[in-house]
Amino acid sequence: HLATSLPLPSERDHLRPRIDLIAFMIDIKSKYSLKNVEASLAHVDASFFLGKVCFLVTGVGRVNYCSVETNAVWKLRDIYCSPVLYCELELEGVRVATAQRLLRMLQICAGHIPGVSALSFGSLLRNSEDE
Amino acid sequence: MDETVAEYIRRTVLKIPRDEIKTMLQMWGFLSEAQLQTLNFHQAKDNISQEVVQLCEDNSADIKQAAALDIIYNHVYPNKRMWSVYQMSKSGEETDFFDLTDFKKKFKRRLQTALKNVTINFREYEDNAIWIRIAWGTPYKKPNQYKTSYVVYHSQTPYVFISASVIRSTLPLLCQTLVAASNYHDIREMELRSHCLNSLKDIVFKRYNQTFQTYYPRPLQERNVTSENVDLRIIQENKNEKERILRVNREVFGDGPQPKLEFAQYKLETTFKSNPTLHVSDIKEPFRCLVKFSSPHLLESLKSLAPAGLADAPLSPLLTCIPQKARNYFKIRERKGFFPGSFVSP
Repeated sequence: HLATSLPLPSERDHLRPRIDLIAFMIDIKSKYSLKNVEASLAHVDASFFLGKVCFLVTGVGRVNYCSVETNAVWKLRDIYCSPVLYCELELEGVRVATAQRLLRMLQICAGHIPGVSALSFGSLLRNSEDE
Repeated sequence: MDETVAEYIRRTVLKIPRDEIKTMLQMWGFLSEAQLQTLNFHQAKDNISQEVVQLCEDNSADIKQAAALDIIYNHVYPNKRMWSVYQMSKSGEETDFFDLTDFKKKFKRRLQTALKNVTINFREYEDNAIWIRIAWGTPYKKPNQYKTSYVVYHSQTPYVFISASVIRSTLPLLCQTLVAASNYHDIREMELRSHCLNSLKDIVFKRYNQTFQTYYPRPLQERNVTSENVDLRIIQENKNEKERILRVNREVFGDGPQPKLEFAQYKLETTFKSNPTLHVSDIKEPFRCLVKFSSPHLLESLKSLAPAGLADAPLSPLLTCIPQKARNYFKIRERKGFFPGSFVSP
């Protein structure tokens, strides 16, 4: 399900399946996109932040056009205890690899991988970033 | 043949892309078809231009012919220059029948009386466009063929498109000459500038696809499904909002291609309004600020902002009014709205 912001329109509540993973996309070229994500985060129930939220930062290939500071992204990561993935959508290889990573995360969050919980995987990701 | 004329022709030919040289020389018509056959257009441009100059020497070309070639070049490649738009006005209701010969005579006479050292050339095109090329000299020096102004005047309209030379001081004289020659009373510079001459014409002649109120708008769903390669597993939560944005965008910008402008400039002459604790608003003088939007194609990029999710729809009217108001330079003063530049005569 693609949405431009949260909260989701209530008219479609009855059509929506259970939500296992929320990926917030931040376009590093647009401060507007960061603001939008920050505003939408307020509408997310706290239980999602136990490993079912991640931030996907796009547009990282174009260093000259960065409008969002890395600090701002890290702040989100720390406040909301959720991992950050970086990708460049315009490169097919990176796009496919990122999709595969997200899919893997989704499988874990949906409980399809026995022995790995969303929470443990999320903290694994965050710890590996800090190193 | 004069040295300067030869050099000028050589340099003009060098400007033309190699594949276009033959066509342009044919348009020029100064060299005969037989002469053109003798030219080798597959060699380096340097050599081609030397050969052309040699043929022109044989035909005894003078500055008039050289200027004609230059006008043709600028007519085919107008986007290499920056154009400003001027609007002429007359007080009465009289619609004089436009006499081309009379216009040219008056123009030449008026300009040459004021400044002896000028080269003036005219060329008419099918769409009632009169191209005027002026090379400027000084009271003591012969005209410099490389310091030229170009004027495009559509005689059936009050609009003149001017690509001024680097010598800014010649502009008032040029304007006065135009007014006198065309039997108008006044001329003012519109706040509209661009490299793309055709787009400027589209804007002032209202030739671009304008939006009209439709009572029965086509439902957008029809168009979306057929044109996009939609994967049915992707569900758009905000479909309604997306459709609203597309609809609003279409109402504002219309369906057709936008005229091509490279920038929009907003000069702010408003007082600074800020957080009261900062005490900056104690300053009563206007806060001088210039905001400039640049783009290879400004209006198309503005049109794509809201659908791309980079801005809210509808966009600020300051941006969307550009084609309707036929201006891309604005002064924003205090209070509601903004005031356009005042009517000025040179």
